Amino acid sequence: MRIAVVDESAARASVIREGLSKLDGGEVVVLTERKGLLTQIAALAPDVVLIDLGNPSRDVLEEYFAVTRALSRPIAMFVDRSDEEAIAASIDAGVSAYVVDGLAASRIRPILDLAVRRFNAFARLQADLDEAKGKLAERETVDKAKRILMKSRGLDEPGAYAELRRKAMESSRRIADIAEAVVTAHELMGPDGGTAE
Amino acid sequence: MSERLTIGFLPLVDACLPILAAEHGFAAEEGLELSFVRDVSWATVLDRLLYGHTEAAHLLAPLAIATTLGRGRPAQPLAAPFVLGLNGNAITFSPELAQAVDAPEGKLGDPRAIGEGLAREARERAAAGRKLRFGVVHRYSSHNYMLRYWLAACGVAPDSDVEIVTVAPPFVADALESGEIDGSCVGEPWNSVAVERGVGRIVLATAQIWRRGVEKVLALRDDRLEARRPAVEALIRAMRKAGQHFVDPANWQANAALLASPAYLGGSAELVLRAISDRLVLSRGAAPIPYPDFMFQHREAANFPWVSQAEWLYTQMVRWDGMGFAQADADKAGRVFRPDVYRSALAGTGDLLPGASSKVEGSLAQTTAVSAQQGTMVLEQNSFFDGRSFDPDDLPGYLAGLSR
Repeated sequence: MRIAVVDESAARASVIREGLSKLDGGEVVVLTERKGLLTQIAALAPDVVLIDLGNPSRDVLEEYFAVTRALSRPIAMFVDRSDEEAIAASIDAGVSAYVVDGLAASRIRPILDLAVRRFNAFARLQADLDEAKGKLAERETVDKAKRILMKSRGLDEPGAYAELRRKAMESSRRIADIAEAVVTAHELMGPDGGTAE
Repeated sequence: MSERLTIGFLPLVDACLPILAAEHGFAAEEGLELSFVRDVSWATVLDRLLYGHTEAAHLLAPLAIATTLGRGRPAQPLAAPFVLGLNGNAITFSPELAQAVDAPEGKLGDPRAIGEGLAREARERAAAGRKLRFGVVHRYSSHNYMLRYWLAACGVAPDSDVEIVTVAPPFVADALESGEIDGSCVGEPWNSVAVERGVGRIVLATAQIWRRGVEKVLALRDDRLEARRPAVEALIRAMRKAGQHFVDPANWQANAALLASPAYLGGSAELVLRAISDRLVLSRGAAPIPYPDFMFQHREAANFPWVSQAEWLYTQMVRWDGMGFAQADADKAGRVFRPDVYRSALAGTGDLLPGASSKVEGSLAQTTAVSAQQGTMVLEQNSFFDGRSFDPDDLPGYLAGLSR
């Protein structure tokens, strides 16, 4: 059975491929390029096509499936109604599936289940990464605020940090938020803004 | 307690009414809290609607009908109680094709004259073994049907003399540039994006093909409409107020900036303004030309879902899908449009409510008064460019008179 994974995110596509390759007798091909997508699909003649919901090529692909309906292996849009629950789960996870007409539901279900698990796993990874990136950006802001305070108030680094922390505790806000406010105020008022106390 | 509604949309200018209803507080006045989900394909907008990620969606009117009839996927009944606007699309050619068909510089062409030039060019290109290729946004779109209507009436068979393919709106300019397509029918701001990049010239507005052509609708699952009926009616009232705000020239600049912001269209306010103000720049560097009613979002009860509009779309589906006419399908298609919900939402607001639910489309060559529930309302010219009109009482007769 040949499965095509259409995903412009190469990182996610490889996470999904890795999962699907555990299926018996499954051959997984990843397509990340928008250009020439239909030609590649036609050459591959996949039994199943998985494509992420955020992919701008979905309408183009559906149109292709509609016009190739007359071919010997027409691709149905989605599985039949009995798999409604599996489809709903896949849409929730952010992936849609197209399957060659006549492929037994018992063969489709494990593919969909795996794809859903992999999509969800990737989404969690992404969220962790975003959080880590956010933390990094926060740390940079705090450093910037410290430098502003050191320069404008003649503090040393621990002193500048203590000042940020004191203000944060006083107003029950996060240090990062206070730092953000310091940086913004500094930008608004120019390089000498902080000395006006 | 305000009621929440989540609405799906594609980044196009004609998603404006629900967005402005939320941003200007008209939704809040009606006790609604709106949130939006932006997507990049109609397939995903539709999936989210069908599987409950959204309660309502900015949707291509023909796609709402196709989904109800089960074209392309298992049938799921949808309802459209509000038309988000009429027209607002344009036909853009590559500069080479525009020149080859003698499209006039500095103004929109005459649909007949350009069509004749195009028929000639299409024959030559087909004989040379490389048919002209056009992009439309979706198989089930008014863009596809308007383009085909115009081509067929000009003697160009859309399925044999040229090729028509699907191209997602954000990639139309790329496709024109790479020569993948020679022309397209797409909504704004994507024609203007092609113009700005110098890869396309706007040659016609779809309003020149059908002066009052139905475009996007607000679509819901039939069962959701019933379950959330009061909220949907409140949304209809809020969107009518948003429409009044949208058409007022005093608000154009601010609304263009708002719609262009990253949360919505994520593009250039200047380009959005062109569509909103009915002033298009047809080729790069040219002066803007005014074309009244390029987009038609409010006047003449433009948002009223005429059953005859849905039936016209159904006749085009029969015409181009190669499936036979079936009265049962025609009835189902007609029932997707819900003038009863529209009327019920606006009863007592003083807004204009047509007395009938269906009308002969394209029959008005000039301004005409028609009856409303109270008094009369005025409808302007609504003709098709070939002078044909559509009588919803005789769909087979209408179809018999059309070429394929």
